[in-house]
Amino acid sequence: MSVGKATPARWTLRIFAGVVLVFLMAPILAIIPLSFNSEPFFTYPMPGFSLRWYEAVFASVDWQLSARNSFIVAALATVLATALGTLAAIGLNRPDCPWRMALSAIIISPIVIPLVVAAVGIFYFYADIGLLNTLTGLVLSHTALGAPFVMITVAATLAGFDHRLMRAAASLGAPPVTAFRRVMLPIIMPGVVSGAIFAFVTSFDDVVVALFITGAEQKTLPRQMWSGLREQISPAITAVATLLIIVAAALMLTANALQARQQRINNPNSAH
Amino acid sequence: MTHSYENTAIGTAGHVQAASALRIRLKRANRAGSFKALALVAPLLLFLSVTFLLPIGLLLARAVDNREVAQVLSHTTEQLAGWDMRATPSDDVYEALVRDLQSASRDRVAEVSKRLNYHSPGFRTLMNRTVREAGNLTSENARAELLAINDKWGEVETWQIIKQASPALTDYYLLKAVDLAKMPDGDIVTAKDDAIYTDVIVRTVVISLCVTVLCVLIGYPLAYLLATTDPVYSRWLLMLVLLPFWTSLLVRTTAWLVLLQSNGVVNSLLSWLGLISQPLELVHNRVGVLIAMTHILLPFVVLPVHAVMKGIPDVYWRAASSLGAPAHKAFLRVYLPLTMPGVGAGALLVFILALGYYITPALVGGPKDQMLSYFIAYFVNQSSNWGMAAALAVVLLTLVVGLYLALVLAYGRSRAGAKP
Repeated sequence: MSVGKATPARWTLRIFAGVVLVFLMAPILAIIPLSFNSEPFFTYPMPGFSLRWYEAVFASVDWQLSARNSFIVAALATVLATALGTLAAIGLNRPDCPWRMALSAIIISPIVIPLVVAAVGIFYFYADIGLLNTLTGLVLSHTALGAPFVMITVAATLAGFDHRLMRAAASLGAPPVTAFRRVMLPIIMPGVVSGAIFAFVTSFDDVVVALFITGAEQKTLPRQMWSGLREQISPAITAVATLLIIVAAALMLTANALQARQQRINNPNSAH
Repeated sequence: MTHSYENTAIGTAGHVQAASALRIRLKRANRAGSFKALALVAPLLLFLSVTFLLPIGLLLARAVDNREVAQVLSHTTEQLAGWDMRATPSDDVYEALVRDLQSASRDRVAEVSKRLNYHSPGFRTLMNRTVREAGNLTSENARAELLAINDKWGEVETWQIIKQASPALTDYYLLKAVDLAKMPDGDIVTAKDDAIYTDVIVRTVVISLCVTVLCVLIGYPLAYLLATTDPVYSRWLLMLVLLPFWTSLLVRTTAWLVLLQSNGVVNSLLSWLGLISQPLELVHNRVGVLIAMTHILLPFVVLPVHAVMKGIPDVYWRAASSLGAPAHKAFLRVYLPLTMPGVGAGALLVFILALGYYITPALVGGPKDQMLSYFIAYFVNQSSNWGMAAALAVVLLTLVVGLYLALVLAYGRSRAGAKP
């Protein structure tokens, strides 16, 4: 009954899973071709092929500004989140770390706490301290949202880390920072990088916090999409969506390759 | 070379001494170790405390914060403190009100009017008219002059409302968030007007539960296929789960809007197949919300369940069947229980995330599908009613944090909230 015997039950399962996979891919499969539609319709068959929606997006000042803001904010938030999250993961991984459950529960809370609650709270707080409508404010909030993902991925990598290596480095005279840089960091690097990718995506995708704490000058891509969707869906949005799907696919493949490499390092004997 | 002690008593004493010294050193080393560990965690912890947890804490405090009335009408509330709430208050109270209104700025009075208007619609008009005339009032003849402006100042209830709204802390917003109200005499009753929040809470829980059930029901078989199929194929199939997972939430919501419109892809496909003659209503209603939210949250069940399934060795199936169990029995009695930790973690995560959803229902749902998050945003954006926004945030956070703690305690830190 296990691996792939072609019983009728197995076929039912395959068909069901196939339908679910089509459901999962449907939005992506349908929206990409529509972005090349020569007419502003959302139905098939398409009357003709055209790049006009892409031209419209690239020519628009609004889209340019929001894309630039999105990249700047995501890049800065990623750097901060990666540094803070990696340190925290190393601290939590130490065998002598006290209150480990409570500390990690607090660190993971930005993933769990509803975004609207966080966004409204940050809005209220930033209004008092003058960070409202600034890119700095957005970077700080996105760092808070991304850091837990870095902590989780690095912690997962560290689970397979042999702490004797650090002791060996120390006994050979390496100061802690050198031991970290030369021994630990290269080993946990895949975890750090995939954590960084997660942090980047988290910032790049966020719309709720951006909606509350940014003004017209700081708008990000998702915010620009949101306002487009609220008014009337312009086919230009399908072009932006397609571009974002390509970015997502590239980031996913990178993270996946890193994870596969990590698995090979952790269990070199397994066949795959 | 043998090592023996001539004098056992001294030897034992030496041992004890050495052992206790060692114990102290060990303790010290442990303490230094925990200190180092905490020093590494501290930067992120401090950062999150200041940029994330503190703002949320301050917001929640707004749910019971009630300083406006006591600050602006300070003399009035002081005088009202000794009032027995039966007959209209003494002349001193009227004088105090005139003094307060004359010294306060227009903006602050407007805040107070808004606050009092929550208790009794019409209070804002009363206050506005009184403030407009306040410049001409004298404190000697305050009662008669206020009554001349509006005879509501002669009603006991008016003063009851001011007194009720004057303590620095209030349970007004929290009660209102669950459709309760406190009468002037202190009884707590079901709110009569706009009692919609229990409906909204129930709706939020129901939508989240439906999405969770759908995700588990359609995600489990998919995870099973991925875990048991040839690894060469399963790696590619897994990509099909991961790609939507990595794609921006807004992109996917956009796509569903485009697909589900009455002249969208799904409707035109169905009518081309001859299955429908009229386009189906698929967006701006509950169906659209369930489709889009299930789509967005499905990977959160598939991935953890798949991870657990991959860890279950094949021999368990063989053992069960060699002991005479038919396939369905082996599944129900052996396989299913082994996968439950993954299902539980995934389902709880989906449920928690669904409770807080805002963007997807706001875009794909109709007015009857808006969840708690929508109303929190509404009170901030439309009416700047921070007290109400905060009270609803308390309700939502209580639901979410309660379940989150259950998740942490049940599965330990490694599984909680982990995107695999």
